[in-house]
Amino acid sequence: MLEIKGLKVKLEEEDKQILKGVDLTVESGKVHAIMGPNGSGKSTLSYVLSGRDGYEVTGGEATLDGEDLLELEPEERAAAGLFLAFQYPVEIPGVGNMTFLRTAVNAQRKARGEDEISASDFLKLIREKAKTLKIDADMLKRPVNVGFSGGEKKRNEILQMAMLEPKMCILDETDSGLDVDAMKLVADGVNALRDEGRGFLVITHYQRLLDHIKPDVVHIMADGRIIKTGGPELALEVENNGYADILAEMA
Amino acid sequence: MTALSEQKMDATEARLAAMTLPTSAPWLAEAREAALARVQAAGLPSRRDEYWKYTRPDTLVQAEALPAAVFETDEEPVFANVDRLKVVFVDGVFDADLSDPLEGEGFTIERLADVAAMDIHWAKDLYGTLETNGQDPVKRPLAALNTAYATDGVVIRVTGKVSRPVSLIYIHKSESSDAILHHVIKLEEGADLTLLENGPAAARLNKVLEVDIADNAGFHHVRAQGRDHERRAVTHIFARLGTESTFKSFTLTVNGQLTRNEAVIELTGDDAVAHVAGACLGDGDFLHDDTVFITHDAENCESRQVYKKVLRNGATGVFQGKILVKNRAQKTDGYQISQSLLLDDDSQFYAKPELEIYADDVACSHGSTSGAIDDEALFYLRSRGVPAPIATDLLTLAFLAEAVEEIEDEALAEEIVCRLEGWLTRRRKD
Repeated sequence: MLEIKGLKVKLEEEDKQILKGVDLTVESGKVHAIMGPNGSGKSTLSYVLSGRDGYEVTGGEATLDGEDLLELEPEERAAAGLFLAFQYPVEIPGVGNMTFLRTAVNAQRKARGEDEISASDFLKLIREKAKTLKIDADMLKRPVNVGFSGGEKKRNEILQMAMLEPKMCILDETDSGLDVDAMKLVADGVNALRDEGRGFLVITHYQRLLDHIKPDVVHIMADGRIIKTGGPELALEVENNGYADILAEMA
Repeated sequence: MTALSEQKMDATEARLAAMTLPTSAPWLAEAREAALARVQAAGLPSRRDEYWKYTRPDTLVQAEALPAAVFETDEEPVFANVDRLKVVFVDGVFDADLSDPLEGEGFTIERLADVAAMDIHWAKDLYGTLETNGQDPVKRPLAALNTAYATDGVVIRVTGKVSRPVSLIYIHKSESSDAILHHVIKLEEGADLTLLENGPAAARLNKVLEVDIADNAGFHHVRAQGRDHERRAVTHIFARLGTESTFKSFTLTVNGQLTRNEAVIELTGDDAVAHVAGACLGDGDFLHDDTVFITHDAENCESRQVYKKVLRNGATGVFQGKILVKNRAQKTDGYQISQSLLLDDDSQFYAKPELEIYADDVACSHGSTSGAIDDEALFYLRSRGVPAPIATDLLTLAFLAEAVEEIEDEALAEEIVCRLEGWLTRRRKD
């Protein structure tokens, strides 16, 4: 369970408050969506939770199954079970996709005091998972995300998620840059991972991703706060009327 | 020619006074004396020379070599698992007991010290010849000094495709050793040889390798310069390429207080290919200098220079690379990249890329960069659970990959990658 209470965050470089007290709880087995206009702080929330540099937490807390995330290094948060699917997955020339994933899987296992996965078991596992995401052997061998299309990059994120089996997945605008077919493929990958022991926080601008990944709860974020929470119907309301009505209502 | 400065003459005289030309048969004595004259005419390098602007040659020039502690390790030496013909030098002296018998299919190999006593030898046409050609337009007096005074080395003539590499192993035992080695390799038409070199060799090493590659011949060279922290070395490779011939050379350098590797390559036959590459890892009191001069003097040739340096704790990297395209060298394809990864604010990288082109139908590109580890990539790796030190190492290896990929033989490339990983892992523990 991800619990965020009164989280306040500002940019380190400039004195600019981005999150102004976010309260949010995502239970295991549930899918929560966060929608909101540009600049509302959605991506900042995902970065702060995963431990990216450049942000200063000025108040509040964030825990995963009771563990204080904000005290941990990014790799420790990952080992604790947090996963962020990037809006813009990073290209890393010279590091093979397969090498990268095996290093990551084994580092997490080691951090949790588990045995490393054998090379042959790893190969078997990754081939099986890659197949369902239509990721071919060539993509696995290529350097991480280098020369991948937008859709391939997002599928690669989901593959990593499938291999790392996190407890809490944050998807940061995973639908951006995807055509309808690619979005369906990615959504199917996510849906296959839906499980009692796993929570999802899906950040998106648009309702259409939520047609494929059906949320249990929808939050609207604006100006660094969650301003409204409801069921899937809230996403439809945004789709039909935009954010203006909700914002006016809250003002 | 302008007169040498008094200071330079004094330094040159002081060095030469401490040396004696080795006794040789007339053919070699002649080459040695001519080389000595080249040294006297040019004078030994000083820090005022433009070509030595970033690397102080003092310790390479001075009469006495500075001592260098022998680095003790129980690690298995590089290439240990490669099937090869081993030729061992200890502090610059050939050691027959440690070496394999000097014989093999498709080539002859002899010791320079033996050849020196023969009345006549094929090496007469080559010893010092490519070095002499390489003195223009830039003087390389330390190479001429080597030709004059080299006491040992190998002389190899390759007539066929040699199945296993010839492996020159340089063991450093004496803290004060001062070695001068000179190798001559002649590849006949269609011949093919892989040459391996590894080890620190001596407290101070001056080494020259002359390689003459006839039409359709191929020469592959993989070198790992030893791990001794205090060693100093100046090395020169002089290569001449015939039509449709191939020259590929890769060097790994870790540690060593001072290393200057020069590669002087001349493409004289059409459709020839020359690739030189280097990966270097420097930590602390370390200066590594790659100086490359490639001359295109034939049509449709390709040359690549790929140099990558990882520097930390105040280490210094230098790259001086030139592509000279003469007017008849149409359709030249030249590429040059030199990059450094600076792991802290104390380390330095000096680069001087040069292109000089007289032909009008050529494609030449060059680039040079200096930078730190990519924060975005580092965060991405960490967000997947890879601890920061391991992520940094992965990115460091990735940075070096383009240079290592220049090694064609996969098993040899793997040997080099293992060395790089070993270095990084040891640093992580420190």
